[in-house]
Amino acid sequence: MSIALSVDELASRSRRRQRREAFVTHLCLVLGVLIFAFPIYLTIIGSTHDVNTIGRGDVPLLPGAEAVANYSQAWGVGGGRFMGVPAGMMLMNSIIMALCVAVGKIAISLTSAYAVVFFRFPFRMLAFWLIFITLMLPVEVRIIPTIQVMVDLNLTNTYQGLIIPLVASATATLLFRQFFLTIPDEYVEAAKIDGAGPLRFFIDVIIPLSRTNVAALFVILFIYGWNQYLWPLLIVNDRSLETIVVGLTKMIGTGDAQNEWNVIMATAVLALLPPVAVVVLMQRWFVKGLTETEK
Amino acid sequence: MATLTLRNIKKSFGATAVLHGVDLDVADGEMIVIVGASGCGKSTLLRIVAGLETASSGEVIIAGQNVTPLEPADRDVAMVFQNYALYPHMSVFQNMAYGLKIRRLPADEIRRRVDEAAKLLGIGALLERKPRQLSGGQRQRVAMGRAIVREPKLFLFDEPLSNLDAKLRVQMRAEIRQLQKRLGVTSLFVTHDQVEAMTLGDRLVVMHAGHAAQIASPMEIWEKPADTYVAGFIGSPSMNFLPATLLEGGGAVRLDTNGLILPLLDGPRAGQAGRKLTIGIRPEHLQIGHGGLDMLVDLVEPLGGESVLHGKLPDGTPITARLQGAHYVDGMMGVILPLESLHVFDAETGHRLEAGA
Repeated sequence: MSIALSVDELASRSRRRQRREAFVTHLCLVLGVLIFAFPIYLTIIGSTHDVNTIGRGDVPLLPGAEAVANYSQAWGVGGGRFMGVPAGMMLMNSIIMALCVAVGKIAISLTSAYAVVFFRFPFRMLAFWLIFITLMLPVEVRIIPTIQVMVDLNLTNTYQGLIIPLVASATATLLFRQFFLTIPDEYVEAAKIDGAGPLRFFIDVIIPLSRTNVAALFVILFIYGWNQYLWPLLIVNDRSLETIVVGLTKMIGTGDAQNEWNVIMATAVLALLPPVAVVVLMQRWFVKGLTETEK
Repeated sequence: MATLTLRNIKKSFGATAVLHGVDLDVADGEMIVIVGASGCGKSTLLRIVAGLETASSGEVIIAGQNVTPLEPADRDVAMVFQNYALYPHMSVFQNMAYGLKIRRLPADEIRRRVDEAAKLLGIGALLERKPRQLSGGQRQRVAMGRAIVREPKLFLFDEPLSNLDAKLRVQMRAEIRQLQKRLGVTSLFVTHDQVEAMTLGDRLVVMHAGHAAQIASPMEIWEKPADTYVAGFIGSPSMNFLPATLLEGGGAVRLDTNGLILPLLDGPRAGQAGRKLTIGIRPEHLQIGHGGLDMLVDLVEPLGGESVLHGKLPDGTPITARLQGAHYVDGMMGVILPLESLHVFDAETGHRLEAGA
């Protein structure tokens, strides 16, 4: 009898403890979400007020009535001290750039990792180490010579100039190399016996096996391309080629004129949307890829 | 369906010689099992036949054609790998059809061949599944199916059963053998398991340190092993070896351990009196009785109908006996050596000594 009671007692204690733990966990989560979400919330609210509200120094916490006007101005006209660039155009520039950088980086690193892992040729390891060493040189260090090259090639103020120097990627090459090294030799050998050439093997086996990695890298590289600031700032003067990250900072003045914070915030919200869309869409892909892990 | 001839195959990786010249003639439709401990070069030999590895010297001849300079794909061989090497992102059908697709066979022909092979292997219901949804035995069948649909001249098996559990292994072993007989395809099968080798092969190649120590039918190898390595490798538990000395006239030997004199029933061996020999006797041939050897049993393994007894002779030589029944206990017991079951080897070279040789 007494034993039965103590079992009940223990069970209810452990239930209480589980509830308490669940509460603490959720509290931490909610706090974290608030800390991350609040600035974004402020931005979204700010983009719905007229120019004077924020100019006065108020920080409104409730939506205003100017949303449509602000967003249509940001999208179609732009704002800022100089002649504004419409956000629609800057978004398009940014999307083209980020897409090309991500796709280009993945294509180049897939093929170079394939070459380094699956082929035996002279100076193979040297080639790999040369790629690897560039990891240690950040873009900023080699930015002057890169600009010189682009100028010599007449590629300033072009999409090519904006994109090509960012396409080479040691990190992605390294990642794909590590992944390829885990692919069993037997696949290669089975393909050899089946009569699949290197290109067939690459397309039929390597790329399908890499799709989870490709999806994950695409998200990371798209955002990397999207967030580029220094390089687009230097290589492009033509405002019709301006990317949204650069354009956004140019909209903020140095103090002689009132900033149109409402339009800036609307543009910032617009600038958030494509990366969010990529993360949300691709997440489904690579979560699917992760749950369907092979072997 | 073809013959296979290997001529003096040698292979070195850098300074390390792995194969020291292997010759082999395989008849049409024959199943050859290459067996040996790990590192003996058996897989390398198979890979040289497949074309995945290039021999340092020697020739591979399939169906009368010298294929040594050819790529694996042009040799018309099919291989079953130890881990099956099924492409994880392709369905069973796609896996089996892949080699045919690359060879640009018409789609209906591919369909027909895959369906036929799937029926033969009993995997017809699995064609749309992915390899990860299959059990080990089913994957094994798919790997076989991939080889069968190619209708190759030669099947190569690289330890295909070692990833299966014991029961399935026995079952698949029988299936592979039946299938191979039915299709009549010349086959090379690599394994380190001597039971697999004995049951599967028309003939065995026992590899030892880069040489083919013996090439013969399983029973021939069991009855007349060419040297002490083969004698010890084939048969379970391993053959017992006892040092001995040849007596005057060569018609008898004296065991070094207790001076027991054993006449050689099948005839005298050549050599002078005092020639050092190794006498081999299989554990299952030892019998209980007095007047032979005194064995100190220190471990009894009952197997049901019979028992394996591990022990030592008084001078410390290990000895194993496999005897009927399960009523044995540790301690001293006498065993006798039936004279018709003795194997005589040269002590120095390890080679078998036949009567009159």
